[in-house]
Amino acid sequence: MTTETLVPVEDALTRYDPVMGLEIHIELNTATKMFCGCPTEFGAEPNTQVCPVCLALPGALPVVNAKAIESAIRIGLALNCEIAEWCRFARKNYFYPDMPKNFQTSQYDEPIAFDGHVDVEVDGESYRIEIERAHMEEDTGKSLHVGGSTGRIHGADFSLVDYNRAGIPLIEIVTRTIEVPGDKAAAVARAYVSYVRDLIGGLGVSDVRMDQGSLRADVNLSLKPRGSATLGTRSETKNVNSFRSVERAVRYEISRHAGILDAGGSVLQETRHFHEDTGTTSSGREKSDADDYRYFPEPDLAPVSPSREWVEELRATLPEPPAVRRTRLQAEWGFSDLEMRDTIGAGALQLVSDTIEAGATPQAARKWWLGEMARRANEQGAELDSLGITPLQVAEIQALIDAGRINDKLARSVFDGVIAGEGTPEEVIVGRQLEVVSDDGALGDAVDRAIAGDPDAAQKIRDGKQAAAGALIGAVMKEMRGQADAGRVRELILEKLT
Amino acid sequence: MSEPAKGISRADVSHLAGLARIDLSEAELDHFAAELPAILEHVAVVQQAAGDDVEAMSHPVPVNNVFREDVVVPCLTPEAALAGAPASEQQRFLVPKILGED
Amino acid sequence: MDLTRLSAAELAAKLAGKEVSSVEATQAQLDRIAAVDGDINAFLHVDAEGALATAADIDTRRAAGEGLHGLAGVPIAVKDIVATQGMPTTCGSKILDGWIPPYDATITQRIKAAGLPILGKTNMDEFAMGSSTEHSAYGPTRNPWDRDRIPGGSGGGSAAAVAAYEAALAIGTDTGGSIRQPGALTGTVGVKPTYGGVSRYGLVALASSLDQAGPVTRTVLDAALLHELMGGHDPRDSTSIDAPAPLVVAAARRADVKGLKIGIVKELAGDGFQAGVSARFDEAVELLTSAGAEVVEVSLPSLEYALAAYYLVMPSEASSNLARFDAMRYGVRVPPAGADDPSAEQVMASSRDAGFGDEVKRRIIVGTYALSSGYYDAYYGSAQKVRTLLARDFASAFEQVDVLVSPTSPTTAWPLGAKLDDPLSMYLQDVATIPANLAGIPGLSLPVGVAEEDGLPVGLQLLAPQQADDRLYNAGAALEKLLEDRWGGPMLAQAPDLEVAR
Repeated sequence: MTTETLVPVEDALTRYDPVMGLEIHIELNTATKMFCGCPTEFGAEPNTQVCPVCLALPGALPVVNAKAIESAIRIGLALNCEIAEWCRFARKNYFYPDMPKNFQTSQYDEPIAFDGHVDVEVDGESYRIEIERAHMEEDTGKSLHVGGSTGRIHGADFSLVDYNRAGIPLIEIVTRTIEVPGDKAAAVARAYVSYVRDLIGGLGVSDVRMDQGSLRADVNLSLKPRGSATLGTRSETKNVNSFRSVERAVRYEISRHAGILDAGGSVLQETRHFHEDTGTTSSGREKSDADDYRYFPEPDLAPVSPSREWVEELRATLPEPPAVRRTRLQAEWGFSDLEMRDTIGAGALQLVSDTIEAGATPQAARKWWLGEMARRANEQGAELDSLGITPLQVAEIQALIDAGRINDKLARSVFDGVIAGEGTPEEVIVGRQLEVVSDDGALGDAVDRAIAGDPDAAQKIRDGKQAAAGALIGAVMKEMRGQADAGRVRELILEKLT
Repeated sequence: MSEPAKGISRADVSHLAGLARIDLSEAELDHFAAELPAILEHVAVVQQAAGDDVEAMSHPVPVNNVFREDVVVPCLTPEAALAGAPASEQQRFLVPKILGED
Repeated sequence: MDLTRLSAAELAAKLAGKEVSSVEATQAQLDRIAAVDGDINAFLHVDAEGALATAADIDTRRAAGEGLHGLAGVPIAVKDIVATQGMPTTCGSKILDGWIPPYDATITQRIKAAGLPILGKTNMDEFAMGSSTEHSAYGPTRNPWDRDRIPGGSGGGSAAAVAAYEAALAIGTDTGGSIRQPGALTGTVGVKPTYGGVSRYGLVALASSLDQAGPVTRTVLDAALLHELMGGHDPRDSTSIDAPAPLVVAAARRADVKGLKIGIVKELAGDGFQAGVSARFDEAVELLTSAGAEVVEVSLPSLEYALAAYYLVMPSEASSNLARFDAMRYGVRVPPAGADDPSAEQVMASSRDAGFGDEVKRRIIVGTYALSSGYYDAYYGSAQKVRTLLARDFASAFEQVDVLVSPTSPTTAWPLGAKLDDPLSMYLQDVATIPANLAGIPGLSLPVGVAEEDGLPVGLQLLAPQQADDRLYNAGAALEKLLEDRWGGPMLAQAPDLEVAR
């Protein structure tokens, strides 16, 4: 894929400091598109959610979705931004087949929100990320590339375009340059994206699903020699589709840039594409046109001038700020600082919260998400929220454990079943015959057989050495293939022998 | 090559045609390169008209905040949407291969 | 009785009185089109079947006693830049050859809702770029007064159709004079309403901040009737004015200039204006004075820059508006010659080269240049500042006077081909009409006689402040009446009869 020399990140960071910029695109969850009344359902049949406006038929004109403006303002406020007193849309002119007008209706030098900041935490340290702007724009259609040997765009014989997504409202959030200690850069980038996901998810204005593309991150990165004030040339890595990938993309680009610079080369200013499978980036579309988007104010749309009263009304609708919320939740849940930090670091705060909301105890919720689920996510290279199990299901499974119907070991099998799509936890238990046996008749028989099979252990218990019960319990559990209520087995053994 | 008057040369015309996605022929390039300097010279007088204190007018009738409610209205049918397409397949617009990724 | 000679108001009265049917009137127009349009080429598409079906429907509904719109049953011609569902819409361009919109423009909807049979689509300069209708990919329209001359542009088709009695009503669009200048050159009436007065939804955009649709007719009252039908707020056009529309029909019926203050625009007279044009214009002003109007001279100093500003703003916006014509979703796809397995990018570029005419390409290149980084402030930005200056000039002029007047066009109709190789001299023809578009104010052109030297029609332009379109109709109707009294009949009675093909 690349013939470039990669320098190990730790080595690179002895000579270079990374400078990052992050761009996040948020697809709003409005009922209709940015400039027309077409619906925005995800996964609809191709070209069923299109009209003259979003297909850019000759003569069609845009009209702004009020809800999108409201969402943009709320996002801006949540990011501690100023809200413009007056701003305009602008046309960003370039040709691309999945962009029907061959210009994107966006905002240029008059964004609706600007000059904000958020604070993110990594390893107990807080880092301030300055927000340059959050502006409104629209999404493009989707191309399906057909033919060619690899199935990738290069070598495709032709493309099939579906414009259902064209015109869905987007908010683009652009940071100022982020300069943090090099060894923290990747983690800070990840923490920021995760933070913004939680923040905007909390506003209810977007599904913020990275796997469905409703939250997409671009990572801009350059290196400068340690101690130098001169910025290097940056690369723009597009469509990094998971938190983990944000981290990997930063690390890969540090390695790649360092390799080029070490060899005396110069980094190309270009768009790069991140590959989830290999964790690498490759050169994307040449930006020959990109230098000249010929922006001008959109004459077909009226300027937007949100009244200060409206802005204050919207400010009053904002949920509790994340930092405040985290402090409150930590107190409510009784988590230690370390437990809280790990929960946030794993991107599990909302999942844990939802699981507790659904009835699990805080420790149980934390145990499953940071233990079992984190292990599975790590093995699959997936995000916790795309494992195929919901907080409600985790809470249900915990309730079944608490009721004694399954034990922790069986619960893992229930998770397997739920994730494999075998139904609700209840259905999986039935389908897989996982329920623990606490029926005294069946257990009693097994206990009798265990006592008969290990007279030595039985005698030790009769002699008052209750610790010897472990061997008999083990034998019962083995016979019952784990599906026995271990506590009840112990009680039965002691009843029979003492 | 024509004289690059008012900063526009044949190469510039070719670059502009590229930005505008028009595959001009050599003859067209010659023709426009010869003609555009006079037009641009004529229109350049606007630079003398106004100072920094004058606002640029983007909208002749000043109206702000024109919005619509977030309410779904009927779409085109896919058949109507695709009726004018030069080519289509699988209910999608068929376009030639796209160079480079988006 | 030749139904084609009636004004729309006269025909509407006969229809309402059931003296004639809409089918008869529509058939008469279709017959006239069949007889003369081979020479004139005003129509790109004629929909006889659809027009007659609408006419029959209106006749049935009228017979049933249904309440109908005042213009119901009066046939109309529509410029081919207006989206008409199920009827071709080409904008005079090869790139849209055969395109049939799946939707109606708002004005098309209003025409259909009011029950006007649509005769067909009229010829125009490609994408409304031109002042002569010679830039149509489907051949030029000829001026009914002299078929070796141009009818003006870009709406030469609509103006010629009305002048040749092929229709009493037509829709035009005006970005820099495309309704008013053809009106002047064909001896007809044309109005560009206040920007935002008529919905632009479904008008194929040339320059979004300048475009406006309006009526093309033979009388001022007809224009008012059609204006009222077309106009008013449309939630699908964000730049549409959400306020009560000016009462233009009442104003046209009032037709009284007593006490009206009229300003002659100093900069739009004298040098560069054909002698016969100036003579007719001066006479018309004298008539207005004699009828009680008070005439003064006013100056609009920024007019000096208006033409240059227009020829930057218009191509800039056009370069962006026309980007959508890329042969991917609609339009004619022309793969590059000799390229094996061409890319989408190459096919876009070759289709746009093959599909667009010379003038369209010229303006797209100029517009692309004017918006380029490094040139934006000097060109597009400066041009938009000129609009502000011009709007200020108009505002102070309208503090002194109620309406402004000028000749509509510096010359009468010129011979076909005369300016085709000289784009700049063609552009200069728009000097009097473009200021209204730049400032968003309304303008009306009406015929004021023929120039002595060539016997061709001369137009006078009236301008009013934004949203004061009614003033144009009042003054225009008054002047029309004064002139017709002097001539002893309508302007077009002075036109030569067309040879009729049988």
